[in-house]
Formats: sequence, structure tokens, C-alpha cells
Amino acid sequence: MEKRVYFKGWFLPALLITPQLLITAIFFFYPAGTAIWWSLFNPDPFGLSTKFVGFANFDFLFSDPYYKESFYTTAIFSSLVTLFSMGIALYLAVLADRLIKGAGIYQTLLIWPYAVAPAIAGILWMFLFDTRTGLISWYLGLLGYDWNHLLNHNEAMGLVVAVSTWSRVSYNFLFFLAGLQAIPSTIIEAAAIDGARFWRRFWTIVFPLLSPTTFFLVVMNVVYAFFDTFGVIHTITKGGPGQSTTILVYKVYSDGFVGLDLGSSAAQSVILLIIVGFLTILQFKFVEKRVHY
Amino acid sequence: MIQAKKIVSMVLMIGMFSGTALSATEIHWWHAFKGRLGTLLAEQVDQFNAAQSDYKVIQNRKGNYSETLNAGIAAFRAKKHPHILMVFEVGTATMMAAKGAIKPMYEVMSEAGAKFDPDGFIGPVKGYYTTTTGEMLSMPYNSSTPVLWVNRDAFKKAGLNPDMDLSTWQKVGAALDKLKSSGNKCPLTTAWQSWVHLENLSAYHNVAFATKENGFAGMDTELVFNSPVQIKHIQAMGNWAKEGKFIYAGRRNEGGKAFRAGECALYTESSAGYAGIKKNAKFDFEIRHLPYWEGVKGAPQNTIIGGSSLWVLSGHSTKEYSGVAAFLSFLSSPVIQAAWHQNTGYLPVTLVASQKTKKSGFYDSNPGTDIAGIQMTRKTPTSVSKGLRLGSFDQIRGMIDEELESVWSGKKTAKSALNNAVKRGNVLLRRFESSNR
Repeated sequence: MEKRVYFKGWFLPALLITPQLLITAIFFFYPAGTAIWWSLFNPDPFGLSTKFVGFANFDFLFSDPYYKESFYTTAIFSSLVTLFSMGIALYLAVLADRLIKGAGIYQTLLIWPYAVAPAIAGILWMFLFDTRTGLISWYLGLLGYDWNHLLNHNEAMGLVVAVSTWSRVSYNFLFFLAGLQAIPSTIIEAAAIDGARFWRRFWTIVFPLLSPTTFFLVVMNVVYAFFDTFGVIHTITKGGPGQSTTILVYKVYSDGFVGLDLGSSAAQSVILLIIVGFLTILQFKFVEKRVHY
Repeated sequence: MIQAKKIVSMVLMIGMFSGTALSATEIHWWHAFKGRLGTLLAEQVDQFNAAQSDYKVIQNRKGNYSETLNAGIAAFRAKKHPHILMVFEVGTATMMAAKGAIKPMYEVMSEAGAKFDPDGFIGPVKGYYTTTTGEMLSMPYNSSTPVLWVNRDAFKKAGLNPDMDLSTWQKVGAALDKLKSSGNKCPLTTAWQSWVHLENLSAYHNVAFATKENGFAGMDTELVFNSPVQIKHIQAMGNWAKEGKFIYAGRRNEGGKAFRAGECALYTESSAGYAGIKKNAKFDFEIRHLPYWEGVKGAPQNTIIGGSSLWVLSGHSTKEYSGVAAFLSFLSSPVIQAAWHQNTGYLPVTLVASQKTKKSGFYDSNPGTDIAGIQMTRKTPTSVSKGLRLGSFDQIRGMIDEELESVWSGKKTAKSALNNAVKRGNVLLRRFESSNR
């Protein structure tokens, strides 16, 4: 039995969706369309002479080994950020869900880092890890370990992953906690009566019931790692050392805004657009089938 | 009715008053300076505004050098651009190629009938912003050149004579050995690695950085900074990095923090580091000439400049350009120039300012502040030591940074890193050439 509300005629529905359509058109389709248009040109920075080059910008990109490298870097970076930020958030949410006293305070404190903008998070962490003045790098130095993310690729990647994870855990925590609290306690109690211990209950009942939340968060976190981590990378590594932390979106910035190569930058944005579209379709098409709603 | 008349006449009066107050033509100047440099810049503007009433210069900071250039370009595309835009030396080729966006400085000056003598500028500075046919396109504002900063106390602590000869890299190498073995944690650090250790190194040893006179003679230039001299130097630096004698601090001037804190013994940085080091260093410091490799023919030649120049953008009225001309002549006047040089450590870009500073006894009471000027002007620049004019150069520098980092971390040899940087950079030069043809 499905209940459906429907309107007669077309005027009112059209009127009601117009604002949404307008916003989408002005803020999404227009800029995206401009990027696609520009990706076919090789303009000079001032826009004085704009030459049509067809797909030459894309050719140029795919013949560039550093661009391919950037794909690989992005894949590693976003997988790590998604995995860690969701794993830690789930663990904390499960613990917070079982709290009886002080749950409110604990939950509120955990949400704080979300209020910190990525660029600020990057700077805060530099107080700890700056190669010369950072607190933790100083102590590591005393222990005989020379922390240098300016030259060590793994340390650089580890650091940007850690900061990006840290500033994302709160967001995931919030959703996981809400998801956990939405699971009817009767099911869990029934399982407990049947003799299932906590971890068994978690893996066989709670985790599957949580899968809509988990699925939603995977999409959100991948998108976050792709785009919103720009501030973290810009303040900590600037894509270095070498290009070891140059993720795709950072390359769009450095080619477009530092290199003033708008054609290539636009072509890269188009590729990013396609990747994100593809990821979303993939997740909805295939992952959705295995998700309990 | 009467009330309405009153209001109208009041409005008219207000209009007239504000009319007189606003009759000064506004000249907008976008720049990249903050902190002490920003304050000094604002003082120059205030001084100009106070000295006359026809024009009012309004200065605005738009971020760092790259961001300022970007802001200018975006504004130009939106037809809301300022009259004067500060562009760092790296962006010179980009601006020169943008023929319809700029109004060459010589043209601004001659149309306004302003007093302007291009020959008043010192050679290497003038050359940087002048076309091969002798037309000066932008007004040199702040120019500096790299020098060697020495922490004399660190030398004493290591048992070295702080007055020792540090004119060659061979001698610096020996000092680094001693500093390291005596327990110094940061014998040498640097700012702007590509600018100091490749661009200036090349000019200083009279070897080409790029073909076609480093790009001055044509956009079909190719990078050639992978010759034996550059490889030798970068390899030596790489070895020092491996042995803990050269400490890499970052791509810009991050090394300055450690040097000013007294941790580092030697620091290669722009002469304009003077303001900050003088203010913060709690140790005995000294400025020396940039070292060179003994045995390289023609070395030391001269070093080249870094810094910025002021570009006048096209599309404004004649009246406004007169104001721009008046302001630029004001900026290049000896008093302003001499004060700027003495306060900041930037080079005196006009000959008169240099003589004025010398006469005032400034160099005697601030020893070493004349080193940068001497280093740049003691020899007539050759075709490969007058500067660089390369498109997409900010991005090419980024590539050089990446390749140098792989040498400092020991992942690559200097030879393979420089070969790779040349190869990668040339791709961008061809792309720049094709988009500006």
C-alpha cells in the first residue's frame, strides 16, 4: 500500500520546483558548463586571445606522467582518510552509545573538531609537527627520530591523512551515533536473551542495520577527501615533497592559479567532474544492492 | 513645497561639497605586501596623497605575489582592474606577453609628460623590465639579490674564526665540516632554493639557464640548467643534505625562522631579509657575498634580481594615467628610493638613491648593506646574467622545487633530477609559447 500525494495540472508543481532548478542551473550547471567549454581552449591568462584546441588539453594531461601519478595519490589518500575517519568514528560512536552518565558532554566534546576549518586544522597541527618548531617532532628528535615531512614522502602523506581524518571524525561520529540510536533496542535485547555477546550482536545485528548510514558516509567521505581537504594540503605540504601529496584537486589549483594555465585546469575539472559522477553512480548502483534500508 | 525646495537645495549643497572632496582622481594600486613592508608601502602612499590634491592613491593588499597577480588577472577579465598592479619578477614574461592588458610604462610617462629617465635605474634592474628594443615596460619597485647570511656566534661556538674567508663554496664546505663535527644541528639552510641555487648560481657562474639569452630574445627558449656547473653545485648540496650539513626547511623562506632563532650558522637568502633579521636576531650576524665555485671560468659574474615591478594596466582614462605617471615619478624619486633601500634591504634601484645612501654614511653604520648592490653591479651583465624571462615560470619553479627535494632526500642524483626538471619545464614553455602566439 503506497500513499502518494500528487498535484493536478502542471503550474503549481512547476512553480514549486523553479527555485531549486534556478539554483542548480546558476550555481552548478553554469559553472560546470563553463569549465567544459574552457577545457576545449588554450586561453592566455588575460583572456585576450582564446584559441580552440579541441581535445588537446586532455591529450596533454594524459601524456603527463605526473597527472597519472596524481590519480594514484588521490586514490590512496581518499581511501585512507575514509577508512580511518569512519573506523574511528564508529568505534567512538559505539562507546558513546553505551554511556549512561555524561553522555551529553562526551558527545558535545567529540563534535568540536568539526567546527575547525580544514586550513585552520592544518595550521594547528603544524604546531605539533613543524619540522623545526613542532612539539611532537621535537620530542621525536629527543628519541632519536628525525621527523621531516618536507622530504619524507610517507611522513607527508601520513600527516595530511591524519589531519584530514581528525577534522572529519566528528561529522562521521554524529551520523553513526544517530544511526545507532535509531536501532530498536528490542532487537538487541532479544539477541542478548538468546545469549549473543556484545561483539557478536554488533557484527550480526548492529552493523548490518547501520549499513544505510555507513553507505551514505562512504560517499560523503570520499567526496570530502577529494575536495574539502584542499586547505589541509595547502597549509601543510603544498602538494610536496615532490608531488607525493598532490591530489587531483590540488593540481587543478596549482595549474590554474599558480601556473595560470586555465585550459589545462578546466580540463582537469572536467575529469574530476566525471570521476565524481562515476563514483556516485557506481556506489548507488552496486553498493546499494547489498545495503539494508 | 517650501520644505521640498529646502531638501533639494540641501541635497545640491551636499553634492557640491562632496564633489570638491571627491574631485581627486582615484588611482588604485594592488600589491602583495604585509607586515613591515606593508606599513612602509602605506607610508609612501600617504606621503604622496598628502603632497598633492589632484590624485588619491588607494592601496590594497591582495595576498601573496601569486595571489595578487591572479586577482589582477581575474579583475581584468571582469573589467574591474586597478591602475597599478604589483607583479613579481617571475610573472614578467606573462605580463610582457599580455600586450592588450598592459600599458607600457614608457608610454604612460611620455603621454603624461612626466619626468622619467630610464637610464637612472641601475643596469641589471632596468634590463630585467626592458624589451630587447630598449623600451621599459614596468617600473621596478622592490628588487633584491641573494647573499650569504652568517651567524658569527655559531662560528665562534664551533671554534671557527667568524672572519674566515667564505667567498667560495669550497671554503664554505670546509666550514660546514667543522660546524657539523662540533655538533651544530643546522650548519646551512636556504630560502628560495631555485632562485638562489639554480637561477642565481647560473648567472653568477656565467652559464645559461635557458637558451635565447635566458628567454630575453624569444619565446622559443629552452631550459638548459642541467650543465656540469649546475649539476656539480646541486650534487654538492645534496651530499651536504645527506650528511646533515644542509638543512632543507621549505620551498619559500621558511629557513629564515631557524636562522633568526640562532639555530643555523649559514643562510642563503635575499638581501631583503635584512629587516626581519635585524629586528629578531639576538646574535652577531654578518652579510657576505654569495659564494661561488672556484675554478669556474668567469665566476663570479653578477647575481640577478628577485622582487617585483609595477605594471600599469590598460583601459583607464587619460586623466587617471596622468595620476599614475605622477605617482610613479614620485616613487622613483631619490628620497623615496633611498629610504626604501635603507629600511628594507632591497637594492637602491636608482643610481642617485645609491649615491645618496652612500653619502649619508648609512653603509658605514650598517656594514654589509652595500654587499647586494656591489654583487649585482661590479661586472657588466652578460647575455646569460642579465636575468630570466620565461613563461609559466612560477609553475616551472614548482617543478624545480619538486626535483630538488628528491635530491635533498637522496632519492635522485643531481644529474637525473635536473635533466628531469629541464624536460618537464620545456613542456610548459612550449605550451606557453603556443597560447601566446
